[in-house]
Amino acid sequence: MTAIYQALYEFISRFFSPSIITLVVTTLVYAAIPLVFILVYGLVAILGEMKISAWLQDRLGPMRTGPKGILQPIADILKLLQKEDTTPRAADRPLYRLAPWVAFIGSYAAFAALPFSVAYIGARLNTGIFYILSMGSLVVVSILLAGWGSDNKYSMIGAMRSVAQIISYEIPVALAVITVVVIAGSMDLQTITDLQAGGINNWFLLGGPKHLEGFGGSTNFVLVPVMLVAFAIYFIGSLAETNRVPFDVPEAESELVAGYHTEYSGMKFALFFLSEYASMFAVGSVASILFLGGWQSPLGDTMNGPAMGFLWFILKGLSFVFAQIWIRWTLPRFRVDQVMRICWKVLIPFGLTAVAAASVIAVAIQ
Amino acid sequence: MEQLGIIERLQSAFGETLGVWHASNSESAYARRMGSFFQVSDPARLLELAFFLRDEPALAFDSLLLLSSVDHGDGSLSVVYHLESTVYRHQIVLKITRPMAQARVPSVTSVWSHANWQEREAWDMMGIRFEGHPDHRRILLEEDYPGHPLRKYFKEPDFYHGMKVPN
Amino acid sequence: MPEILERNIHSHSLLHASAPVHLPDRVEPKRLHTEEMVLNIGPQHPSTHGVLRLEVVLDGEVVVDVIPHIGYLHRCFEKHAENLTYPQVLPYVDRMDYIAAMSGEHGYVTAVERLLYIEVPEKVEYIRVLFAELQRIASHLIAIGTFGMDSGAFTPFLYCFRDRETILEMFEKTCGARFLYNYMWVGGLSHDLHPDVLPMCRDFLKKSRATHQEINDLLTFNHIFVERTAGIGVLDREVAINGGASGPMLRSCGVKWDIRKDDPYSIYDRFEWEVAIGSSDRGEPGDSFNRHWVRMQEWEQSLNIIEQILEQFPRQDATDVQSAIPKRLKPPEGEIYSRTETPRGELGYYIVSNGDVKPWRVKVRSPAFSNLSLLPLLSRGYLVADLIVILGSIDIVLGEVDR
Repeated sequence: MTAIYQALYEFISRFFSPSIITLVVTTLVYAAIPLVFILVYGLVAILGEMKISAWLQDRLGPMRTGPKGILQPIADILKLLQKEDTTPRAADRPLYRLAPWVAFIGSYAAFAALPFSVAYIGARLNTGIFYILSMGSLVVVSILLAGWGSDNKYSMIGAMRSVAQIISYEIPVALAVITVVVIAGSMDLQTITDLQAGGINNWFLLGGPKHLEGFGGSTNFVLVPVMLVAFAIYFIGSLAETNRVPFDVPEAESELVAGYHTEYSGMKFALFFLSEYASMFAVGSVASILFLGGWQSPLGDTMNGPAMGFLWFILKGLSFVFAQIWIRWTLPRFRVDQVMRICWKVLIPFGLTAVAAASVIAVAIQ
Repeated sequence: MEQLGIIERLQSAFGETLGVWHASNSESAYARRMGSFFQVSDPARLLELAFFLRDEPALAFDSLLLLSSVDHGDGSLSVVYHLESTVYRHQIVLKITRPMAQARVPSVTSVWSHANWQEREAWDMMGIRFEGHPDHRRILLEEDYPGHPLRKYFKEPDFYHGMKVPN
Repeated sequence: MPEILERNIHSHSLLHASAPVHLPDRVEPKRLHTEEMVLNIGPQHPSTHGVLRLEVVLDGEVVVDVIPHIGYLHRCFEKHAENLTYPQVLPYVDRMDYIAAMSGEHGYVTAVERLLYIEVPEKVEYIRVLFAELQRIASHLIAIGTFGMDSGAFTPFLYCFRDRETILEMFEKTCGARFLYNYMWVGGLSHDLHPDVLPMCRDFLKKSRATHQEINDLLTFNHIFVERTAGIGVLDREVAINGGASGPMLRSCGVKWDIRKDDPYSIYDRFEWEVAIGSSDRGEPGDSFNRHWVRMQEWEQSLNIIEQILEQFPRQDATDVQSAIPKRLKPPEGEIYSRTETPRGELGYYIVSNGDVKPWRVKVRSPAFSNLSLLPLLSRGYLVADLIVILGSIDIVLGEVDR
């Protein structure tokens, strides 16, 4: 039980006497924290995408809604809410309606195992990273449902591409994750974060903890090249998993109009949209947990602690989101066969090498 | 090669009856070059002539610049071929005139693939049939459009598919 | 042949091989039957550059055949022209190639002037060439930007538009219009050059050279971009000439053919510049990359021409730009085919005059129409994504295709 859960429980028990109701309500409120976060973050990310792209493209972006246009995402959401929710006549209705929810549930569920701070983790699983990877795969199901259910050739081609791409890219992503797991000896994200306490020096990107027994002290600097490779593979793989440029072939605008969500409008489209942004943050925060110390302060004990943990965690996650947006507005798109070639012929061999090298080094230094 | 030389070459290969040279009498050299034309008399020999123009090494007309059609307003239609050789940089204009009732000429798509869409357009707009064209459909208008609008006496239909045609 | 094409054709022929396939007994052969799919791209689609409709026959993602359907923007310019006097045709010329209206006008007035045998004052010729070259850059900027967008890069498009804006501003100052100008008249111009334009041009030269470098760094030499476009949609030199390709499409095949050099009009023979052609440094001659690369080089060459115009421009010349405009425009009986080099290629006007104030027949050789007719040939055996890239590299303007 984290500190926040206990505080919530005590607060809620003032209103409900039977403890079972208190437990249920507390759990619901506790679980809703990431939901609130996703919604608020979604607004920020939409504005970020608009403003960062404008900045990269030498223009101003939205300027009319609110001061400097910061209310634009709210206006956009209101517009989406008002839009007519159309369903193609030939659509497979149950699947068509289910798809956006599955997408959103998949992204939201991944947040359950993310340690936002020492004081907050939805569910501390000892297979946390494994759980997040498998929740990420749920998105594939929703994309396939959307592509099939829409009864649209563009959607179908987009869905097929997407499924092939995401399933393929899970392998290099998993290999990069295993590289860290081998060194850390745990799949629990809170444990992995704890190991990286004590500043930037102890991050897994720089070889892992220097102060703890069994990690080879400062000799674990030999791991830096391996970790850099694993980090690069994870980052590239995560771009592909979230269908971001240069791997956005499933929704390639110039070819497939909008790919698997061509037929969606209104709130259903908004759910896909939100789910994509949520996934962007999720993969970014996993990268920061595995390689960049999660909620740990880069300065060691200064500015560390439960409250500052939230700040560092969100800051690190957002910097990944920023990088993804930056890349999106800079690079052209790969072709679908090039996407697959990069995965199978480049990332997976490097990933396997990284795992093997990490295993050998782990045995040698422990 | 000078244009008169080209004509002599053609007439020595196909006989004097092949056609008549109409020289432009404009003041500008450009208009004389691009405004004079060779009136081919027999459309049946067009394809043969086209292959000769393209394949004869001294002529090498490898490029069809433009295939146009003209309604002369006296019941006859013309097809005009502007040819150019990218090797020798000379040009020649061929013209075939047919009475409207027999507006048929052989297709030169097999000689210059550029003629493919140009001939479809000439059929669409002027109603000239191109015999042997691989894809003889209308190109700009609907397949069921009544008539060929570039003919001089074309009258726009009042209604098209039940819709009033605005003036 | 690029690897991808070879593989695609190979896999395609495998699927359609008539050789017997040995299958295990339990598998019903009928269940393994594959079908070709018809995908309808357009007329409303983000990357058909207007209202073009492509009927694409797909085998998986491999393009088996493409059937372009055009005519959605057909206004029958040629019929209009027959019912208008020669000067009245001009606004309709603007509306054909609306991306490069100045170049279209230049072609039309050159044709009518040749038919009438009018000599135009030197100053007018300088202004015309200056504007035609500025328009060429503006048009190539759109071509380059949208080509980047077709391959997935959005940002270069806006950098291109930033530069194009300066050009449009110069046009606006001079003739009041930004897009459809009606500026070049038969025998003259509608307005004299605005005094601000020459200094603006000098600034623009500097700015545009920097943008050129920026686009090269961001797009042309981007590894992903080269991977996407090099070796895609290769057009053979002989096929290009035979099929009526012109402009950057023809030059990318390595053919040094530019009407400005090979059949000079206006005062193009006074300037020194190079005809840009495709090379095999990246990709191979005639592929999508080289079509883009030729446009990039032409942009630079147009800047060179503009620089020379600025040096030679007769600033002291106080000639009225309307002095040579004929009071009564009635060409003698006869016909002419006159051609100029627009950003998209050889724009030809075949004008038949019967001695009246109205042309008897105006037929346009529109380069985009001829270039687009090669699309099916270029895109067979490539993927859908390549089809879009190939279409983008042709640089069509539907106003000109449909007329």
